[in-house]
Amino acid sequence: MKSVRVGAGLGFYGDSWLPVRASIERGAVRYIASDHLSELTLAILQKDRQRDPAAGYTRDVAPMLAELWPLAARHGVKFVLNAGGLNPEGAREAIARLFRERGWRATIATVTGDSVLERLGEFVGAGESLAHLETGADLAAVQDRMLFANAYLGAAPIVEALARGADIVLTGRVADAALVLGPLVHELGWRWEDWDRLAAGLAVGHLLECSGQGSGGNFGSAGAWAEIPDYAHLGYPIAEVREDGSALLTKAPGTGGRVSFDTVRQQLLYEVHDPHAYVSPDVVLDIGTLRLADEGGDRVRISGASGAPRPARLKVVGGYHDGWMGSGIVGFSWPEAYAKCAKAAEIIRTLAEERGWRFEETCVEYIGYDSLLGAHADPTGRDALNECFVRIAVRTPERRLADAFGRLFPWLGLSGPPYIGTMKGIEPAKELLGIWPTLVRRELVEPRVEVRVERVG
Amino acid sequence: MKVPLWKLAHARSGDKGDRADIGLFARDAATYALLKREVTAERLAQHFASIARGPVEVWPLDNLLAIKIVLNGALQGGAARSLRMDNLGKCIAARLLRMEIETE
Repeated sequence: MKSVRVGAGLGFYGDSWLPVRASIERGAVRYIASDHLSELTLAILQKDRQRDPAAGYTRDVAPMLAELWPLAARHGVKFVLNAGGLNPEGAREAIARLFRERGWRATIATVTGDSVLERLGEFVGAGESLAHLETGADLAAVQDRMLFANAYLGAAPIVEALARGADIVLTGRVADAALVLGPLVHELGWRWEDWDRLAAGLAVGHLLECSGQGSGGNFGSAGAWAEIPDYAHLGYPIAEVREDGSALLTKAPGTGGRVSFDTVRQQLLYEVHDPHAYVSPDVVLDIGTLRLADEGGDRVRISGASGAPRPARLKVVGGYHDGWMGSGIVGFSWPEAYAKCAKAAEIIRTLAEERGWRFEETCVEYIGYDSLLGAHADPTGRDALNECFVRIAVRTPERRLADAFGRLFPWLGLSGPPYIGTMKGIEPAKELLGIWPTLVRRELVEPRVEVRVERVG
Repeated sequence: MKVPLWKLAHARSGDKGDRADIGLFARDAATYALLKREVTAERLAQHFASIARGPVEVWPLDNLLAIKIVLNGALQGGAARSLRMDNLGKCIAARLLRMEIETE
């Protein structure tokens, strides 16, 4: 039976591409599917683009290909990457420049049409409410503060790009799993109404989209995490998918990490809402029907996927400006480290109040005690900590106030409680972003999706 | 007898907008049956009262010996607007593992 092997690329903007090398060299992959965009990465790219119209893509893509392309070309490996961000054509230019410098050749495709920020009014005119998917709130409350809005496209434009001979496919926002589903549909000839096979592809894509988290990274457990071998050389997951939709999940030989029933099931449920209706633009997957069989030796077989027809509407996620965060951190050593942190927080609060500063929200956390566990921190030993840091963060509509808040902290150095450390923790105001998930009829988006294919070098 | 979940199960959490989502994974079928009985939406709402402003949703998955949990309104509006150190909710799974359940 026909099959194809796809390897995970990056799992976020800034992730390492070194493990991809092992997948190409020793993992027999034909494709690398690389996810550079988390839910709000587009906000960072929007700021880049405001400063420079040629920017707006993830800048890791050219250095990544500079290192991996010669190896990939030798092994006949193609790349599908959403590194295009808000400017896939800018990403192509950056890669074309690199390839011309090095004398390399490739066929590069770009997929555009996902960015809909300029079209929100048009969608409302066409009868879409664009209400917040979770709260039902009206878009009008935030529309003038919206910084980006992108539809999650499916795998079809990626399949088109590959069919037209692309070696490198650069997309903007597509469903993360579409980066994998595209090559599978192209290679295995699946039909767009074959819901069970598409669902199998979606499951595999979901298992690859978070790089090392699919092969033993971030393995959520008490104790068992320490048994994951060789984290420093953790191999990214690789899927061998057969025509019938069944798949083998594994990783390159000689790499660290682990592919087992336990590590795979953790990733399967990661960032999924209703597991019986995991919605993508191409198909809806019921995770409850999947069968995982651990064969040992970092091999897990996946079968039994069941799919329902694709949704009539595409998910659109927008990000809007939602105020500023000001913050500072200060630390104290034993004795009474926690009590001194609490006193420092009280002093800062008093200073802010006396200046008449009002904040929408204030967050006080004790690093080394409760900053990650909150109310679930165990208070035993709190008063005997060797050291403790207090971090105070505030939310305000005024940037000036967010900047000023951090400047309250240095004064504590000589005029607060004793045995103080770290006065380096004052951060400049940080812009906060609200997220706006909504739905748009696919026929309003898809006719504008464009695939361009160009030969470089 | 009361036992904390970390002795019985693994867990991983992530974020999607203002929702924190957690997968809770039993080590065997007997433990899974126990988790299904004890880790209810009601108990979870109590345990996470300090952060979850919206409803708690729970789906048991027999094929994975796992419980999928979603805490709505638990991330101060979402990772990029949260003031918390754990803005992505990655440690919310650890917070779940501190929950105690009745094993009798």
